[in-house]
Amino acid sequence: MERMPQWADVVLVPLISLLMAFILSALVIVAIGEDPVAAVKMMVNGAVGSTYGWGYTLYYATNFMFTGLAVAVAFHASMFNIGGEGQATLGGLGVAVVCLALPWPHWALALPVAVLGAALFGAAWAAIPAYLQARRGSHIVITTIMFNFIGASLLNYLLVNVMRPVGSMDPATAKFGPGTHLPTLHDILAVVGIPFSRAAPANISFLIAVVACFLVWLLIWRTRLGYAIRAYGKSEPAAVYAGISPTRIIMISMLISGGLAGMMAVNNVMGEAERLIMNSVEGAGFIGIAVALMGRSHPFGVFLAAILFGFLYQGGAELALWTSIPRELIVVIQALVILFTGALDNMVRMPLEKLFLALRKDDA
Amino acid sequence: MMDFATILQVFDSTVRLATPLLLACLAGLYSERAGIYDIGLEGKMLAAAFFSGAIAAVTGSVWLGLLAGIAASTALSGIHGLAAITFRGNQLISGVAVNFLAAGLTVVIAQDWFKQGGRTPSLIGGARFTPVKLPLADTLREVPILGPIYYELISGHTILVYLAFAMVPLTWWLLFRTRFGLRLRAVGENPAAVDTAGVSVVGNRYAAVAICGLLCGIAGAYLATALQAGFVKDMTAGRGYIALAALIFAKWRPWYALSSTLLFGFLQAIALRYQNIDLGGVVVPVQFMDALPYILTVVILAGFVGKAIPPRAGGEPYVKER
Amino acid sequence: MAGTQTAGRSDGAAPAIELKGISKAFGPVQANKDISIRVMPGTIHGIIGENGAGKSTLMSILYGFYRADAGEIFINGTPTPIPDSQAAISAGIGMVFQHFKLVQNFTVLENVILGAEDGALLKPSLSKARGTLKRLAEEYELHVDPDTLIEDLSVGHQQRVEILKALYRAADILILDEPTGVLTPAEADHLFRILENLRREGKTILLITHKLREIMHITDTVSVMRRGEMTATVKTAETSPENLAELMVGRKVLLRVDKKPAAPGPNILEVENLRVVDDDGVERLKGVSLNVRAGEILGIAGVSGNGQSQLLEVLGGITRATGSIRVNGQEIDLSGRHSDGQSRRARGIAHVPEDRQHEGLIMDFMAWENMIFGYHNDPAWQKNALLMDNPAIRADTEAKMARFDVRPPNPALAAKNFSGGNQQKIVLAREIERNPDLLLVGQPTRGVDIGAIEFIHQRIIELRDAGKAILLVSVELEEILSMSDRIAVMFDGRIMGERLPGETDEKELGLLMAGMNGKAA
Repeated sequence: MERMPQWADVVLVPLISLLMAFILSALVIVAIGEDPVAAVKMMVNGAVGSTYGWGYTLYYATNFMFTGLAVAVAFHASMFNIGGEGQATLGGLGVAVVCLALPWPHWALALPVAVLGAALFGAAWAAIPAYLQARRGSHIVITTIMFNFIGASLLNYLLVNVMRPVGSMDPATAKFGPGTHLPTLHDILAVVGIPFSRAAPANISFLIAVVACFLVWLLIWRTRLGYAIRAYGKSEPAAVYAGISPTRIIMISMLISGGLAGMMAVNNVMGEAERLIMNSVEGAGFIGIAVALMGRSHPFGVFLAAILFGFLYQGGAELALWTSIPRELIVVIQALVILFTGALDNMVRMPLEKLFLALRKDDA
Repeated sequence: MMDFATILQVFDSTVRLATPLLLACLAGLYSERAGIYDIGLEGKMLAAAFFSGAIAAVTGSVWLGLLAGIAASTALSGIHGLAAITFRGNQLISGVAVNFLAAGLTVVIAQDWFKQGGRTPSLIGGARFTPVKLPLADTLREVPILGPIYYELISGHTILVYLAFAMVPLTWWLLFRTRFGLRLRAVGENPAAVDTAGVSVVGNRYAAVAICGLLCGIAGAYLATALQAGFVKDMTAGRGYIALAALIFAKWRPWYALSSTLLFGFLQAIALRYQNIDLGGVVVPVQFMDALPYILTVVILAGFVGKAIPPRAGGEPYVKER
Repeated sequence: MAGTQTAGRSDGAAPAIELKGISKAFGPVQANKDISIRVMPGTIHGIIGENGAGKSTLMSILYGFYRADAGEIFINGTPTPIPDSQAAISAGIGMVFQHFKLVQNFTVLENVILGAEDGALLKPSLSKARGTLKRLAEEYELHVDPDTLIEDLSVGHQQRVEILKALYRAADILILDEPTGVLTPAEADHLFRILENLRREGKTILLITHKLREIMHITDTVSVMRRGEMTATVKTAETSPENLAELMVGRKVLLRVDKKPAAPGPNILEVENLRVVDDDGVERLKGVSLNVRAGEILGIAGVSGNGQSQLLEVLGGITRATGSIRVNGQEIDLSGRHSDGQSRRARGIAHVPEDRQHEGLIMDFMAWENMIFGYHNDPAWQKNALLMDNPAIRADTEAKMARFDVRPPNPALAAKNFSGGNQQKIVLAREIERNPDLLLVGQPTRGVDIGAIEFIHQRIIELRDAGKAILLVSVELEEILSMSDRIAVMFDGRIMGERLPGETDEKELGLLMAGMNGKAA
């Protein structure tokens, strides 16, 4: 017997949780002496009020789709990958290596190789924590956090000592060649005659992210591997009974997860900055956790949650620009979303279940 | 070659750097011994660091600052308790949320209050903890070997350092010699045994989580008002996670926690003192030294822990079975 | 032997326990419906019923673990609300749960004082408890070393600690929930002696069980529960096992399984000198050899924890081992990379695991997803090289659910939403319909209602009659005796002996299960 209808579980619970997170965020805004209604108006205007705003919103959303999918895939195997930040950092290294290695004649040639490079480097950074979890039982939550720190140090070293062009004081790589310049949404939509802001950074990576959402959906819900990943994630002893190797599932799911996180770099490093700088990920790896939780680890949910966080991120940047509300407000909102949709889930669920039970009794 | 004075200085620095790790590690010990995983040590320390620094800056009293830090940390513990105990949520996710909440709120509030880019003003005078000179430190200073050890290494720390070290035997005694400790450990091993014995699982777990908040509060206040003079953004720099690794390394035991946090403190002291180490031609880059505590944490988690058996009910919300 | 005592002790006295109109619902499930019961002091009162009949819920209410939605509790004639376990303990009620509530890495003494300490410091409580335990041990044959860690004690001794916990809290009323499930027959006899001692001292005992034999053996009165309701309360001396069984199920039941004599063929499974050492370095199988022929059921009897689980796990590809296993004459790899559940299935071995909730099924998966569990790589379920053929799996599941009478026949329902019996039918449908050469079955009817038990037994026997080899592991001696064509008894990782069901009885098997060779005792 089910306690409440599925639509309530899938839609109502996250929506109410989200609402509570937003109400608390509004209180924070009030507490620092700003007007939350005005703030929301400013955010809406700034994030979706123009094609420029949309261009940024979708740019950020692209990052979050990749990192959200990364966390979601790992969640299905009951792995909590907090290392998206480090994996995306290393993904950036992969993109930079690919883009700087050859004088690419055209972006269409550079893009697939860059995607591959990003995924490989990201996956490699997830591989060690995954292996340690599978074989040594080292808690993957702590090891992936440590790898975020180690990744930052590694990139710092490489940018300062190895990849910095001679004579530059800036810890960053050289600018990538023109043959790696990805078409922006402006370029793409111009083909079909839709005007779109030229200045906004949203680019073809957005489409790759959407395709990634679909492919992850196919993987998880339509393939043998996805079946095995979900089975292992629900019950390890049952998986072993069925002949599903835990080591194999942990490794594969974490490699996919790290690869997805790494692929984010195609958007921010290749599509936007066009060179590798320090801290290019800017917390997107962590936002992936909130996105995956809100999206219930379902690729479609991740897609929606990523757009929402893209909106918040761009809106938050506008706020920081025009008011005294700092950008870190987005970290607070992100924390509250994680708290309410992830950890305080039962606070919403339990009263709802009671409500539906009461309704059902009335029907009977 | 290092001379005696340098060695003393490194050890002295070890003690200072180990103190917040030790406090956080013991904080985690109470929580996890009661079956509540806490990866939110980092966030609680950060919040405490900010509020202790901020209140100390505003009032000029380090003691009020300490209280504010403890209050902030304990409030976050309350949120974690609500999620992990009352609403039986995922303890890891709740811990992550606490970390981000602290990371975001500290900067938002710091900016609102002080408008100095997410930091507090520098603390001076009574707004900081000052070193305590132990009795006879000056007199004994001239005694060879032992004198300098007493003067440099043992004397001259802030009161919080001595408090942290005193917490080790106190924690041991509390856990293994009192009713409170028996129940706390039982609740982390088999909460059903406690429940059927007519003792409140929820009450004991909240007590443990509250102590965890208290100790994290002291740890955070130490960072902002003793180790440094004021709060800066993200000043905990992963110490909460390192404390967790130290806890696992210590197999959830108080005395082992002392040695494991001293080890990590020593590493940090070395990294701090020797930025680029020249090992006979091979220069170890500063970035490697920065990353060393994190690398070592992974190495320890990977192999040297041996068979550490965590509290059996750790991470599991307690649900009366049907 | 009892019966008379009931009258003797209770003349004029108020009942030790009286429940009036107790009701309890868990969400949409009504676990207890308007239950009333009277238990006289100094008696042993049995409560019998099938799994899910509501016995444990009722006792949990009496112990303050759950709160009743309606109804009243009287202790010694006084209305006594029991909102929590603390209240139950103060009212003199002690409970021995089916799954012990002990802290594994605490000593016996620490477990006994937990929650009943005398002050903030442990030392005085510990020394007081040491004295009390010594006295109780002599009074009731409850000997156990107070300084041993629980994890180092046998199951029987752990149970004694549970009883000591209750007595240390001065309990006058003792509730025991399925106390013999994990005991050897000898340990069970010892337990019954303890219970008789307790009754002699005037304690009141509630014994919850689904084993008719125990009820007949030790109780004075017995109440029968069915589907959350109390259907009857009778004097034990005035009833019979057949009568009680009928009251439990609500219709006449066959206590024996109907089957033809076996017509065994060639050896399908040959096991030689199988050894398993677990992660803690403990040798769990110490050289097991056996064989199962086509068209026969080999039953493995034994108290749980004597290596039967490991035997099933090795055969099912879950645990590594040394020794040799041949299926249809072909050697199976036991050590290395090519030995897992998948390779076993490819060799025609199907496995109904002992723990269907944690191994046999993914409780959150829907029925159709569970119906291919372990066979999900089978080409029959793939649409192409990449994707699975979900519609085909659903259709197949629907057919299998119909053939195995799984209710409700809804392939999209999650496994956790089926009853125990229907969950087991899903597992059986999946494994039996693969038409395996060898079927491994562990505890096929654990937590399954009587109606489904008959169905499950029939299906296993049909498979045997189709010429397949079956290895049956069960801790239920009755099930082993009625199903098996040959019986092997395991004790401490060894086969103690083999018997034919017609030429042995529960007593002889019980001795073998306790590690005693039939002749010695």
